[in-house]
Amino acid sequence: MSMQSEAGANSFSLGSLIRRPETGSFLGFIVVYLFFAILGGAVFVGAPGWSSWLNIAAEVGIIALPIGLLMIAGEFDLSVGAVVPAASVTTALLCGHFELPALVGILGGLGLGLLVGLANGLLVTRTAIPSLIVTIGVMFAVMGLTLGFAVLITGSTSLSYVPGPVTKALLGTFIGGMFNVSIFWWLGFIAVYFYFLHISPTGNWVFALGGDAESARNAGVPTAKLKISLFMMSGFGAAFVGIAQLMTYQSAQVAGGQPFIFNSIMCVVIGGVLLTGGAGSIVGIVLGTMTFAVVNQGIFFASLDPNIGSIIIGALLLAAVLSNDTFRTLATTYASKKK
Amino acid sequence: MSDAKVVLELKNVDKSFGPIDVLHEISLKVREGEVLCLLGDNGAGKSTLIKTLAGVHAPTRGEILVDGEPVSFAGPRDAQDRGIATVHQFGGTYPLMSVGRNFFMGVEPTKGFGPFKVFDRATANRIAVEEVQKMGITRIDDGDRLVGGLSGGERQSLAIARAVYFGARVLILDEPTAALGVKQAAHVLRIVNEAKKRGLAVIFITHQVMHAMTVGDHFAVLIRGAIAADFRKGEKTREEITDLMAGGETMADLEASIEGYMETHEGHPPKTEPAE
Repeated sequence: MSMQSEAGANSFSLGSLIRRPETGSFLGFIVVYLFFAILGGAVFVGAPGWSSWLNIAAEVGIIALPIGLLMIAGEFDLSVGAVVPAASVTTALLCGHFELPALVGILGGLGLGLLVGLANGLLVTRTAIPSLIVTIGVMFAVMGLTLGFAVLITGSTSLSYVPGPVTKALLGTFIGGMFNVSIFWWLGFIAVYFYFLHISPTGNWVFALGGDAESARNAGVPTAKLKISLFMMSGFGAAFVGIAQLMTYQSAQVAGGQPFIFNSIMCVVIGGVLLTGGAGSIVGIVLGTMTFAVVNQGIFFASLDPNIGSIIIGALLLAAVLSNDTFRTLATTYASKKK
Repeated sequence: MSDAKVVLELKNVDKSFGPIDVLHEISLKVREGEVLCLLGDNGAGKSTLIKTLAGVHAPTRGEILVDGEPVSFAGPRDAQDRGIATVHQFGGTYPLMSVGRNFFMGVEPTKGFGPFKVFDRATANRIAVEEVQKMGITRIDDGDRLVGGLSGGERQSLAIARAVYFGARVLILDEPTAALGVKQAAHVLRIVNEAKKRGLAVIFITHQVMHAMTVGDHFAVLIRGAIAADFRKGEKTREEITDLMAGGETMADLEASIEGYMETHEGHPPKTEPAE
């Protein structure tokens, strides 16, 4: 899909470019960026502005990528809101409280994310319960367990950990005092997910899962295994963000992951992923994440009331869904016209 | 044509789910280059029969023979490996994916080495378009087109072309024309003919007698899980087949009884739906 240009010059035209589903997301990003560039002025357009929205984009983006994949496959994962603090607390417990090596703590945190993903995946594939419900349930369970264990072991709901220089440099430093190293991790994740969804043959199966899971199974796609893997990816992404937060701010809170639930879904939807599954792209998700982050931070630079930011995001979400539908209709009707 | 090679044969197949007998003593022969039309009203056991043929259900008694050899399918994949492909009513296509990606779902062509296998989009599109065009659908000429932009008949055709390309010898079409308009159904019937010409054995499930008569060589009417009639092309008229499907009750009788009812009920037809 995203390799459209590879088809050669003969199939490349402005018409087909306009019909690309990412076009809407791209235009949305440009409009929003220009709006805040005018209001926010030189500071927003300069390095401080870029670093502030890129830091936000990286954090949400690392979770939004696998959430987007899950939504393309027709599933939701709300449990990320609990996995972020849970992984943060787990790593802080292992490294800070028990004073184990940083690597053990990090692997422990990531392992927890994978485990929660596995639980989500098994529950969704083995029962007929919709993933929305399953992951809400898992979210509360993980939240409760995090709080319970943190209080039981340390007697506190807030843990601290001071990472070593290498760990800090890799996961929690600000390059040039402004750009969080997470931005580079985000770029890495984008490359990996892009390869997975658009270049590797397995990406086809993700779309098929959201398009028609029954037919995909008949065609020999290992649907259950694939779905479980996707849930594990989102658990991993959320755990990664939780650990990066711990390394950056040197403290872990048992709560506070909830904004990630809606923010990640919003990034994905603004990025043109179909809510019912079956369509979407990594480029779109990245653009959606950038748009979200620009609005989120642009508000401060433009010194507007933060509530206005919420209104803009809400409006963007609706506009995105509407324009996605339009672009999708254009995309499906495209060839029947050129008989 | 009855001297053509028998590809798939059912011998006295029974299928029951617990105490309920769904199929009773089904014996059928499907030959190469022949279209077997399986007719029957809703609930006659058509779907169970297809699922038994496709390896979803194992027969309770009796045997299935492929090329004269008794087989037992472990699952749908097993039946597919034996060359038995089922195309369902909605074709098993993904509307928001391209023609090429749809065609190769689950068996994606790749290029590259080791873990860096790349979906070979150009090859997928080329083969998909070629195969669909060979089946007579010339309107599909761009493998990047989304399947959602195709008509229902074209989607069916794509699914059939796919099955043929991947080596199907027996093609089971489950009500392929049920949801289609007249022109679209004609599309699909043309493809069925094309598949037949290529020497495939086709099992065409339908309750539209007109469609069955257009392409069928051999007909079997299923009533309450048993084969009520088994005849070849030209042996029965359309009315006779329709009457058979309605369960032996002739349509003329049915019409008479409805009219009788209407006379005594102020012109209202009976509430129960007349059989098709």
